[in-house]
Amino acid sequence: MPSAFTRPIAVFAAVFILAFSSAASAQAVKIGIIGPFSGPFAHYGTLFKNGAEAYVASQGGKLAGKEVELIYRDTGGPNPGQTKNLVQELIVKDKVDYLGGFVFTPNAFAVAPLIQQSQTPTVIFNAATSAITDKSEFFLRTSYTLWQVTVPLAQWAAKQNLKKVVTAVTDYGPGIDAETAWKSEFTKQGGTVVESIRMPISTTDFAPFVQRIKASGAQAVYTFLPGGPPNLGFVKAYNENGLAKAGIRFLGTAETDEFDLQKFGDAAIGLTTAFHYSAAHESQANKQFIAALKKRDPNAIANYASVGAWDGMYVIHKMIEATGGQKDGLKAIASARALQWESPRGPVRIDPKTRHIVQNVYLRSVEKAGGQLVNKEVQSFGPQSDYGLDK
Amino acid sequence: MQLLANVLVDGLAYGMVLFVIAVGLSVTLGLMRFVNLSHGAFAMIGGYVAALLTREAGWSFWLALPAAVATTGLLGAALEALVLRHLYRRSELSQVLFTIGLTFFLIAATNALAGPQVQQIKLPPLLDQSVDLGFRTLPAQRLLVLCAGLVVALTAAWTVTRTRFGVWLRAAVDHPDTASALGIPIRAVQCATFAVGAALAGLGGVLGAELMPLEPYYALKYLVLVLVVVAVGGMGSLLGSLIAALSLGIVETASKYLASDWGSLFFFLAMALLLAWRPNGLLSRGARA
Repeated sequence: MPSAFTRPIAVFAAVFILAFSSAASAQAVKIGIIGPFSGPFAHYGTLFKNGAEAYVASQGGKLAGKEVELIYRDTGGPNPGQTKNLVQELIVKDKVDYLGGFVFTPNAFAVAPLIQQSQTPTVIFNAATSAITDKSEFFLRTSYTLWQVTVPLAQWAAKQNLKKVVTAVTDYGPGIDAETAWKSEFTKQGGTVVESIRMPISTTDFAPFVQRIKASGAQAVYTFLPGGPPNLGFVKAYNENGLAKAGIRFLGTAETDEFDLQKFGDAAIGLTTAFHYSAAHESQANKQFIAALKKRDPNAIANYASVGAWDGMYVIHKMIEATGGQKDGLKAIASARALQWESPRGPVRIDPKTRHIVQNVYLRSVEKAGGQLVNKEVQSFGPQSDYGLDK
Repeated sequence: MQLLANVLVDGLAYGMVLFVIAVGLSVTLGLMRFVNLSHGAFAMIGGYVAALLTREAGWSFWLALPAAVATTGLLGAALEALVLRHLYRRSELSQVLFTIGLTFFLIAATNALAGPQVQQIKLPPLLDQSVDLGFRTLPAQRLLVLCAGLVVALTAAWTVTRTRFGVWLRAAVDHPDTASALGIPIRAVQCATFAVGAALAGLGGVLGAELMPLEPYYALKYLVLVLVVVAVGGMGSLLGSLIAALSLGIVETASKYLASDWGSLFFFLAMALLLAWRPNGLLSRGARA
């Protein structure tokens, strides 16, 4: 029970501990990681955390000889207001040197003025709307954009003699982005989009949409769905209603992501996607990445979000190296613009102009290997930049 | 013609899933007048038990289904006997606050124990295929839901209107004091009815999982849908819930075929119109609503 006598002592002790601990970590480079760590999207937070911490551990716990302190902040879901407050606090009170993370586009948009003013380099691990890196010169991105993966897929489809395609996307920001990207590139290649279906985000029964796809007379369906339940529901309906048997091909991007992949069961075999990362990518770097993840947490999943965090930490690592651990946002960003390295996904570089990652996009097909479903890379489309920003 | 048939088939199948998920609430909220916002959580528990038994313990689906239903029923009975009975005479606000609190607790517990990912119930080969209807195919699982929904609706309606237990139940809800003075064991009736409501929620969780996948937020995500079904159907009428679920299912499905850009607008518009037409629901029981 706090009496009048004990309270001042407690306050004094608290102040003392605070002062002491901040003095002790004065040399550490502070990195704020923004993501959902609770609520329906909490698995993204876990993927970020595993990817980022596995990277730091793989470098012996220090980046460029400096101690690093990762400070996690929970946004719950798409919540621009709260994200702005959290980031302001990180910049002003915790005095972070770098920021990383961001699952949702609106959250990233919200912090653009803050990082611009405080010159805090911010690496986007996931949020995939093209325009983000335009909003501040301190944004870098190690994920992908829908344009980046959709354009090569549309070009490939046209070469496969697919003339008529129907698009079926979830009716929200990224879905519309995907639909526009497909339409613009596929018609440019001489194909026809026979119907554009937009599925409400709350859809649980996909059978009607799948029947419409069947009735449209298309040879393939290009689709975009958010991960989790909608994804599983659509693929299930696609199979149960006999679309694969009717010869209507499935063309997607992130739908067969490793987080959901095993849950599809054998129904997923043969699904075709174009994407930048597969956990089955054959390379030394990818093996090291997966080993580092498993060492941190045996259940950790290697997918686009954890590889985004891993590469994001690599970029931050190189910025710390370039600035000698000093807080110098301009110098850090200037050094990051020229980066190129071997990522677990393949060779990548930062586009000096857009500060977005340039990477190979692969055509993949779901196969069974050793009792597990994998995204087998069938063909590389070579390095792709973000076509969304060229518009 | 093909389009109309498609709308009807998919609409009935979807409507029956809605009914199977809502029927438990139709018992606890509709018949017992207990504002049970933890209905979704009971359905989730049923689904999780079935998922665990079929996937981890290797049980057959046909064994896991009754086991999951029994587990949620027992859990409902225990909860009713220990806690919820004290809430019957409290205000509706207390009932809302307690049951929604329970829901949040169960969401967090599920998330902590089983993780945030979707849980799948392993279906037997018989259900895991498509049935050819001549003009199109339909998943076999949906046919099971159609039959189960009809059986549940008819059995429940018969029990409430034609059996002694049904008489006791109606008496216990409408005039508890008189009923108890007449020697009706109202405590046992209440407890048993709540247990049946919870068991039916569990049944809905298992059978509906193909369309409403099981994950921790299940408990809240589909609560609005089931509340709509019970409200439109009429408090206390299981057949009303069935008709409401089927008509709303057909409306929703037709809008997906014809006007998907409008999202769920027509579903809620239909709800508003039906409630404006019959504020007490399609088949409300008695004047006490």
